[in-house]
Amino acid sequence: MKNDMILRVVGKLFIPFILLFALYVQFHGDFGPGGGFQAGAIVAAAMVFYAMIYGLSTARRVLPDWLVESMIAAGLLLYLGVGFAGLYAGGNFLDYFVLDADPVEGQHRGIFWIELGVAITVCGVLLKIYYLFAQRGQDR
Amino acid sequence: MMIAVVALARVRNLFAVIVLFGLYSFLTATVMVALDAVDVAMTEAAVGAGISTVLLLAALRLCHSEEEKPVHKPWLPLAVTIGTGLVLVYGTWDLPPFSDPEAPIHTHVAPRYLEDGPRETGVPNVVTAVLASYRGFDTLGETTVVFTAAIGVIALLGRRRHVRRGKQ
Amino acid sequence: MNFFSHYDYWVMLFLAMSGLFIVIARGNLIKKLVGLAILQTSVYLLYLAPGKIVGGTAPIVDAAFTVYSNPLPQVLILTAIVVGVATLALGLALVVRIREEYGTIEEDEILRLDADPADQPSGPPEAQR
Repeated sequence: MKNDMILRVVGKLFIPFILLFALYVQFHGDFGPGGGFQAGAIVAAAMVFYAMIYGLSTARRVLPDWLVESMIAAGLLLYLGVGFAGLYAGGNFLDYFVLDADPVEGQHRGIFWIELGVAITVCGVLLKIYYLFAQRGQDR
Repeated sequence: MMIAVVALARVRNLFAVIVLFGLYSFLTATVMVALDAVDVAMTEAAVGAGISTVLLLAALRLCHSEEEKPVHKPWLPLAVTIGTGLVLVYGTWDLPPFSDPEAPIHTHVAPRYLEDGPRETGVPNVVTAVLASYRGFDTLGETTVVFTAAIGVIALLGRRRHVRRGKQ
Repeated sequence: MNFFSHYDYWVMLFLAMSGLFIVIARGNLIKKLVGLAILQTSVYLLYLAPGKIVGGTAPIVDAAFTVYSNPLPQVLILTAIVVGVATLALGLALVVRIREEYGTIEEDEILRLDADPADQPSGPPEAQR
């Protein structure tokens, strides 16, 4: 599909804006609709779009297999890390108000990090599943 | 949406089925916006209409199956379905009417989240506050489920296919 | 109770029963998975509809509004949607493997291949030379 000029031009125009929108959705999840899941899904959709136009091997050079697989685990570990940080700081598991001197600020911090963890995991999972399906198609 | 679903049940070409499913997901996301569930609508549009449709199309291409075979007459499943539907309609007789402020769903713990949530967490979006802070444990479980699904798919499809040579 | 007070439940039940019908009455595995996804989506609507207050707004607290729709069902359904797509992906991976092993994704052919001991699955038909 990379010989189709319309798709290439539209892809190059749109993909940066899609990624920017995903970052907006991620960081503004506190003040409007959004949050980790939506942002992860939007980034995965942008990467799938890229992989469909330019080919799976090119997409694999941009986001190699080891990176995507570690993203799946890293997000979950980040979430658990925030939970354990609450334990070390003196509260229960997944307590946020102990993470900072001001409890509301601690809540902000905790929510920020776990939303980031969720976004990384969701993006990694959806992208890896697409990679596996597409690679299966190439082996036939 | 009801028309899309009935068409989906009757159409035999699988590609059309998947496109109708994408259409149905988009209509569901629109209905969710009308129901004031904006976070959920965004997730349904991104995940249901976007990623699900892509995965279904990828699986369809791998299965090389374009048409569904003709079925036996579906009288028994139709009877079972209609019977279950009627019993469930009888069950909804006692449910609270649409948009009733006195319904139990609005009087139990939701007012506390709406009133104290922004003050305690500093986050105006109450859905994010509940998801990430008040019910953060459930979100941890959900992330684990997504992770496990990825591991399952890697286990199923991760190996390179060997060309089979006759019977094993 | 008139028609308009409960018809949201009935629409959702119609969609759920259609999804259930597709799962039991159709033989193609991919179509069954789509029917399952339709069943899941209708259950989301079942949860979200009672949370809506007419005249309210989305549950993002702001000084300009006083009536909000209920945030709790939305939290549950957010989780449910993501779990639903995860199970759909797993189901599709299983279907792809079944296709590679049995050569077909029609349910009656798979059952026939399984029941016949002399005709055990051994890969797609084109590999059996």
